[in-house]
Amino acid sequence: MNGRRAFLGAAAALGGVAVAPGVFLFEPAQAEGATSKVRWGMLVDTTRCVEGCTACVTACNRENGLSGGTRPTDAQWIRKLELREKATGRTLSLPVMCQHCAEPPCVDVCPTGASFKRADGIVLVDRHLCIGCRYCMMACPYKARSFVHQPLSEQKPDVPRGQGCVESCTLCVQRVDRGERPACVEACKAEGRDALLFGDLKDPQSAISRRMREAGAKQIRADLALDTGVRYQGI
Amino acid sequence: MREIEGRSRGWWALFALAAALLLAMLAAWHAMESRGHVITGMTNQVVWGLPHVFAVFLILAASGVLNVASVASAFGKRFYKPLAPLSGWLAIVLLAGGLAVLGLDLGRSDRLVVAMTHYNFKSIFAWNMFLYSGFFAIVGVYLWTMLDRTVGGYATSAGRVAFVWRLVLTTGTGSIFGFLVAREAYASALLAPTFIVLSIAYGMAIYLLVIIGACAGTGRPLGAGVIERIGRLLGWLVLAALYFVAVFHLTNLYLAKQIGVERFLLVDGGVYTWLFWVGQVLLGSVVPLVLLWAPGTRVNRAAVSLAALLVVLGGLAQMYVTIVGAQAWPLDLFPGYEMRSSFFDGVVHPYAPSLPEAALAAGGFALALLGTLLGVKFLRLLPASLADEALDPGDGAR
Repeated sequence: MNGRRAFLGAAAALGGVAVAPGVFLFEPAQAEGATSKVRWGMLVDTTRCVEGCTACVTACNRENGLSGGTRPTDAQWIRKLELREKATGRTLSLPVMCQHCAEPPCVDVCPTGASFKRADGIVLVDRHLCIGCRYCMMACPYKARSFVHQPLSEQKPDVPRGQGCVESCTLCVQRVDRGERPACVEACKAEGRDALLFGDLKDPQSAISRRMREAGAKQIRADLALDTGVRYQGI
Repeated sequence: MREIEGRSRGWWALFALAAALLLAMLAAWHAMESRGHVITGMTNQVVWGLPHVFAVFLILAASGVLNVASVASAFGKRFYKPLAPLSGWLAIVLLAGGLAVLGLDLGRSDRLVVAMTHYNFKSIFAWNMFLYSGFFAIVGVYLWTMLDRTVGGYATSAGRVAFVWRLVLTTGTGSIFGFLVAREAYASALLAPTFIVLSIAYGMAIYLLVIIGACAGTGRPLGAGVIERIGRLLGWLVLAALYFVAVFHLTNLYLAKQIGVERFLLVDGGVYTWLFWVGQVLLGSVVPLVLLWAPGTRVNRAAVSLAALLVVLGGLAQMYVTIVGAQAWPLDLFPGYEMRSSFFDGVVHPYAPSLPEAALAAGGFALALLGTLLGVKFLRLLPASLADEALDPGDGAR
């Protein structure tokens, strides 16, 4: 009898722990830290991007403190994709990174709200809320996210990263907030390609808006209607 | 209803096995916490691996095993009434096992409290956290109404609530995958109902294994008619599950953009194709069906046990194909193009589970086993006799 009492007591305590999440209320949504008057975006002119050039990738790694390793467990925020059309043999080279969707599936599925979209359209991961469930990686159609599989050292002070968390391209938010352009854009320009154009998609007079209006631009997986902030010419 | 002694050599052997596996699980968790997921087989390509296969299986089985009790309370079948308390308890411990695996696999399992205090209500995951905790509470109350005669009058109502809740819970589990528009192998509304049918089959198989094992270990009588009746029902569930799986794949095959991944899983996917046809279909469905329905074997305790075990193994194979197989197939960013990159675009992603993640996965079963052993020892979950004449065949059995 005593044994059963003790067991029931222990079971009740464990049960309390299991039921607890249902008792808590949720907290208010992410406070607005950036202005919704702009929507940051990027335009990739694939006709200027060449196979073998990885200046954008190298710059991203340096700016954000990534190792640059290419094992299956290494983080890659931006990668060069080499394409060959099966029917015609046409080849294309282009960078793919987080597409900063207006309707990001990663934000939809994130259980804790760690994946979030800033008011200015930049999709980020809150390092303090990410529990490392990787549901966002399952949901992202662009395979843009990486999970930190190992302990990290020598991180950049303004680019917090963490083992066991998911991360992806931030559009170099630390630079954007200082009024600069993302590192990949600068590197591509320095390389003389100038295939990447960064700017405000909401401002009809911005260079990116003008170019998109004149030459047209496409989204990867436009069929998903995610309204990406990264657009491509020549695909 | 009577507790078991819980002092036999068999009980202690199982207890020791469960405890050892749990220790291995904790060691694996510690290793993954300190050295990172790099020691697992999971990568940035295959982000969910063996732990998720076992966890989702256990969560499905948890809601499915409750059906024995639902049949008794919600649908008033008196035959199943003595079988109901064990069913409720198994539902709780199986869910605990599955959630333990999921929780300990998190990249930041130390932040579990974050998961319990911050919710994004658009996320199926967040919804599931409420569904899971609600399941514990509702089945706990239901169990109470079954075990305590003073509140026994509420058993039918509690059973009905639990039945509805478990349907919603499995819908939620299926929707974890069904809502992933990015992955070609998912994004089907059929996943939710398919998961419900699968869950009932898995749960019933585990129930059969536990009841046969418990009666054998304690020397309590277990009638051949009882085994045959539950076994026959399991056969129907296996058949229904197979039907839903067939419809799922056939509807996918109708869509041109899904043909690639379907061909991969069903024809030339290597281990996934084998696991599907040999694991899930042949060993997990066809062989159990024969064993459960053939006149020679359906009354044979060993044959029925084997059938139930095969359903469990087939279920694990199915989850492996569903969860890992779908990720092994590369995302198609540019239909009509060949792709290559440093991030493994355009190629089938390899995955080989490592020892730590296998230990983590097996720990879920260990936790459920431990809970079962303690439950039958301290609670009146098992009838003193399950002989054919001890059970009310009522409601037109046979």
